[in-house]
Amino acid sequence: MDVMLSDVFWVGLIAAAIRLATPILLASLGEILAERAGILNIGIEGMLLIGAFGGFLASHGTGSPWIGVLGGMIAGMALALLFAYLTITLAADQIVCGIMANLLAFGVTGFGHRVIFGMTTVIPSAPPLADWHIPGLAAIPVLGPILFQQNPLVYLGLVLVVACWFMLFRTSWGLKLRAVGEHPLAADSVGVSVRQVRYAAVLACGGLAGIGGAFLSLSQLSMFVEEMSAGRGFIALAVVIFARWHPVGALGASILFGAAEALQFRLQAQAADIPFQFLAILPYVLTVIALVSIVGRSVQPAALTRPYHKEGH
Amino acid sequence: MTDVPATMVTPSRVSQISRVVGQLAVAVVAALACGAVLILVAGANPVVGYVALFNGAFGSLNSIVEVLVKATPLLLAGLGIAIAFKSGYWNIGAEGQIFMGALAAVWVGLNAHGWPAYVAMPAIIGAGFLGGAVWGLIPGILRARIGASEIITTIMFNYIAFFVVNYFVTGPLVEADQFLPQTDPIAKSAELPRILRPTRLHAGIFIAMAATVALYWVMIRSTFGFRARVVGANEAAARYAGISVGWTWLVVSGVAGGLAGLAGMVEVAGVHQLLLEDISGGMGFTAIVVALLGWLHPVGVVIAAILFAALDVGADSMQRVIGVPVTLVYIIQALVVLFVLARSALEHDAYRRLWRRFRPE
Repeated sequence: MDVMLSDVFWVGLIAAAIRLATPILLASLGEILAERAGILNIGIEGMLLIGAFGGFLASHGTGSPWIGVLGGMIAGMALALLFAYLTITLAADQIVCGIMANLLAFGVTGFGHRVIFGMTTVIPSAPPLADWHIPGLAAIPVLGPILFQQNPLVYLGLVLVVACWFMLFRTSWGLKLRAVGEHPLAADSVGVSVRQVRYAAVLACGGLAGIGGAFLSLSQLSMFVEEMSAGRGFIALAVVIFARWHPVGALGASILFGAAEALQFRLQAQAADIPFQFLAILPYVLTVIALVSIVGRSVQPAALTRPYHKEGH
Repeated sequence: MTDVPATMVTPSRVSQISRVVGQLAVAVVAALACGAVLILVAGANPVVGYVALFNGAFGSLNSIVEVLVKATPLLLAGLGIAIAFKSGYWNIGAEGQIFMGALAAVWVGLNAHGWPAYVAMPAIIGAGFLGGAVWGLIPGILRARIGASEIITTIMFNYIAFFVVNYFVTGPLVEADQFLPQTDPIAKSAELPRILRPTRLHAGIFIAMAATVALYWVMIRSTFGFRARVVGANEAAARYAGISVGWTWLVVSGVAGGLAGLAGMVEVAGVHQLLLEDISGGMGFTAIVVALLGWLHPVGVVIAAILFAALDVGADSMQRVIGVPVTLVYIIQALVVLFVLARSALEHDAYRRLWRRFRPE
């Protein structure tokens, strides 16, 4: 148990928690925007996965990991556009469309990867996104490795938390978006285009999830593995509830989930007395408890999952 | 979801069925056409590929049997999802319910040594149903009594079930050799008998057929089924008519879970004779698509389950013959859903516009 108590262990654990939280954070920020506008996007798992593939492909093709991040974002947005067309323009059921989007992403990435790279034993790789050591700050003991030697997308995630919060609660844009999710008819009656706002929110959601996916395939190992999103999109759905649809809450909840994942790896590696599965289920159990505890307090956007039909056209 | 579903707009029953079947056929053809383009992009011949796919699925007795073996759990889980969705209860948790049904089944199966088959078999079937039903009921209770969204809770329960099974197959129930993450074989008397040796066809197919008939009766003919459909079509109207919405959801959550549990049970008792770490392998999610494509109707679910199982089995031989990865099938499956969705939504939209135009002011 000595290892458990050492500083190195804790610093490594917290740094890993923040790193593992990043794709979940990016996806959950996107999901918050979509759900705040009244669209429940279960397809976020697929958008994360297709972002991972698009990011890997763009980085592999151009040799630039930053173009890779862009590629991931575009891939996520492309799937989001399809989802938006079905759910907003055609008013098809959001849950059904989300399931379809996940299946499509699973098929497209698996097929594309095998066709482009063949079924060889050599694992193709792409230029990775290197960590940024912030000059000066990175040398601080304990805090340095935790906060200032991370991947650039980790910093981007932190910036986006503030940006999303500001956008949602301090701009007229955010007010419109929230109005559309709470009472689309009222928003419509004062001249807000429900359709436009929802399209923008879903596209932003896809883009953020795509960047989160690119983080998966371009940080550290820098390779694409089939099904590499591994349920993180679904975890993002849980994070949104935990966070009560608030960006700052999403940061905390993502780190909680990231920490659970990081601790799990370490327990597995050390063959500790506690079966790792007990720890693994903890975030999911907590999510159910969190969900039960917020019921009836009208935290959830009132028009979530409800399509909106503009009258008289 | 509050809007009237597209299927409820159509006037008569016969025309509805023919429309649904026609729509599915058009969607399948369109999806296969898109798949053909992808095969061309991959540098192979789509005609050769699709012939291989068809032969792989229906070319011999053995391949037909394999399709039926794959369709059995999809059908069972899909029927449960169909009744749940039809009642407006969004059970995304079939995957977890399959795992828990399989776990309960294997627990009985491992303890059934020395039991006669007429005791062991009903016991393992019952255990499978119960395991899934309990796992399905918990989110159902949370939905009906507290109002917690079953969409999220059932997704969470999938993960919890996966890790619970993972714990058992690597810990308390690990095989005697402790080599692979799986259990020991269950008692012979608890196995579902093979009915067409040497193929893998097992008695689970009769369970699936019985479940189809039962679900047809419940959903289409019984009062409960009528009430459940009213709840699904318009919750507010159902409450106004005095239907207990909460009670309906409790029942369907349990039944849907139980049917998914049976799907897990047939994999244990009919196919593998033991519990594997990943016994479901995503069947619970495929079953959602199967239920949706089957128009949430028992007969439709049978057709969709066989279609998806055939695509799955045929894809393997397509990969062998033209070297195109099996993952193409998932694209085709997703596109079938996409085309059905888009088409019905477009029609729905057209109906709405028409209605508006001729609505008396």
